[in-house]
Amino acid sequence: MDFTLDSEQTALRDAVRGLLSKTYDSTETRREVTKTDPGFSEKTWQQLAELGALGLPFAEEDGGFGAGPVEVSIVAEEIGRVLAPEPYLETILAAGLVADLGSPEQRADVIGRVAEGALVLSFAHHDIADAVVATQSGDAWTLSGVKEPVLHGARADLLVVTARTDAGVGVFLVDPAVDGVERTGYRTHDGGRAARVAFDGAAATPLGDPSADASDAVALAVARGQIALGHEAVGAIDVALRTTTEYLKTRKQFGVTLNAFQALTFRAADLYVSAELARSMVTWATLVLQDEPERAVEAASRAKLQVSRAGRHIGQEAIQLHGGIGMTAEYSVGHYTSRLTAIDHTLGDGSEHLARLASTVTDHGVVDPIG
Amino acid sequence: MKLRLSEEDAAFREEMRTFFTTQVPQSIRDTVAARRELTKDQIVETQQILNAAGLAVPNWPVEWGGKDWTPLQRHIWHEEMQLASVPAPLAFNASMVGPVIAAFGSQEVKERFLPATANLDIWWSQGFSEPDAGSDLASLRTTARREGDEYVVNGQKTWTTLGQYGDWIFTLVRTDPDAPKKQQGISFLLIDMTSPGLTVRPIELIDGGHEVNEVFFEDVRVPAENLVGEENRGWDYAKFLLGNERVGVAPVGSTKRWLAAAKETAGERIASDPLLAARIADLENELLALELTALRVVAHSADGKPHPASSVLKLRGTELQQAVTELYVDLAGPLSLASGAQDGSDVPDWARVSTPQYLNFRKASIYGGSNEVQRQIIAKTILGL
Repeated sequence: MDFTLDSEQTALRDAVRGLLSKTYDSTETRREVTKTDPGFSEKTWQQLAELGALGLPFAEEDGGFGAGPVEVSIVAEEIGRVLAPEPYLETILAAGLVADLGSPEQRADVIGRVAEGALVLSFAHHDIADAVVATQSGDAWTLSGVKEPVLHGARADLLVVTARTDAGVGVFLVDPAVDGVERTGYRTHDGGRAARVAFDGAAATPLGDPSADASDAVALAVARGQIALGHEAVGAIDVALRTTTEYLKTRKQFGVTLNAFQALTFRAADLYVSAELARSMVTWATLVLQDEPERAVEAASRAKLQVSRAGRHIGQEAIQLHGGIGMTAEYSVGHYTSRLTAIDHTLGDGSEHLARLASTVTDHGVVDPIG
Repeated sequence: MKLRLSEEDAAFREEMRTFFTTQVPQSIRDTVAARRELTKDQIVETQQILNAAGLAVPNWPVEWGGKDWTPLQRHIWHEEMQLASVPAPLAFNASMVGPVIAAFGSQEVKERFLPATANLDIWWSQGFSEPDAGSDLASLRTTARREGDEYVVNGQKTWTTLGQYGDWIFTLVRTDPDAPKKQQGISFLLIDMTSPGLTVRPIELIDGGHEVNEVFFEDVRVPAENLVGEENRGWDYAKFLLGNERVGVAPVGSTKRWLAAAKETAGERIASDPLLAARIADLENELLALELTALRVVAHSADGKPHPASSVLKLRGTELQQAVTELYVDLAGPLSLASGAQDGSDVPDWARVSTPQYLNFRKASIYGGSNEVQRQIIAKTILGL
């Protein structure tokens, strides 16, 4: 059991931190970038590709770099620290399904281009009403129905879409330029982008065997996304907490700095406890993903629940401990709260994961983290 | 980064698990599992079994019976012991006075006390808190006045847990009332509890039990050779001791076991009561997060110094311990009122003990540096506030 980064991983963290902290050096810079579509910096996306960050978890024969969940978590955490708006999670999650289910040709076509920064992918998974349905006619497949919200769905070069098949769940690649795909993009509260994506007999290519149920593969891909999001949250939490403690040390009221008031410092101490517990849990979940992937879905739920709790606690208190300045768009901390709220509700919120864990609570005696 | 234990650590875990589940009498483990009070004899018997196998004081220096284990192995030892319902070695001996004597005592003091302390031939009591010195421990007023080869001790200690069994008491006493800072005039003195002038008086607690005591010192004469380390350096030794205590009071394994047992107790109700299922799932998750934090902390504790985040373990560990005792009371519902039921009652044992346990464990967030003191440590030491 080992929770420490090796030297290559530390170097990766430093490189990504170097790039992102220079790019997003202030709240104002980030606001400028997120103001106009596509809501992120294409240049930064290319720079992340040049660092190798976009191909990390994929096999070298597919055009990736053969790293693993730990490396993804490192990048995600750095993204969280500066609230970088690039579609990293969406692309990695969707590309992961291509890697898991795709034919050698599909993998060669997609993964290499993702790694080069030439493709932004979106994972169109959330059905707003009835599930999107896949229909087969000869060898051809078409999709009909609506997915919303699809994160970065309007900008994406390629959509990875889940749809109902006779076998259960199928996963399809859709070129958003084909007939029968209508995309309506909009801003999200955290500065991100999402879209309504309507399919009306849109041509789709199955990933893997469409006569088999792909639920397990989807669940694993989603778990990977949840765990990476957890790290993004932990990065954001860390900075929100630091920003808040710095403020308590410098802001003066009643002739003294705010850290003279124990009512405030005790609350900061509780935030630290929440932050540490969340960090422990997501780090563990990443190690489960790496070493015991058959348990990843459970671990992801545990991490997502912990992050939901911590994100709300720290997000809410970060604003409150700042006072009015925390409410303003020109100050950083409220954006962290907004992003943490978005993360909570992406790929299942705390309540959903608690319900899942509650439904399996009698399956075991004690929870053994080592397995 | 890796999840699994190394082969060596996995074998170590198996070895500990086998020992704890086969070498400690079932009747003692059943008492712990039923959350019943242990007798003095049961505690002594267990510690002597552990000590004979070299498992009572692993955190001591090797020459005094300790083990050259990694922090992770110590953690595994502690967890497996708790999971197997084995009573931990008496904290006053194994985690408190033993390490202090081993670190700061003279060779004579070490030879005289350490083997008997490890084997629980001497039962130690703790004489730190006083009526006016709780969280503000350094304001203690019990004095030790040097007279020739002796100290003459006068004053009062309180909250002395299991002092009714104590053979000796390790105390913090004021040896220099004129020191410029209150922390500077304090010494660490070992006192035979059979000394004339020393009396122990029980304090009844809200659960009806007799767990803690007041200890009075009236011109108690203590040989000067019973001083540990240097005179007036006692505060340093106490801080060393309290740092160890804080690590020891993150009772993850026993709380996990209680919670697993609560699920068995609740049985079918979990399936029909989603609020109960969610409450248990939530507690399990919080406990897992705490355990993982403990594993992170042990991995980063260098030179026996506790990681600053060990305050998190004490704070959160006791909160969760208390939350599980609260769960039991709620599971018992109206049966929780039957705490005094005797033979002939239909109320099951677990329900009878639920409220006294709940009330008893309100102590957990107070002792070992209250949770408010832990918040202060986190705010000051870690966050720099």
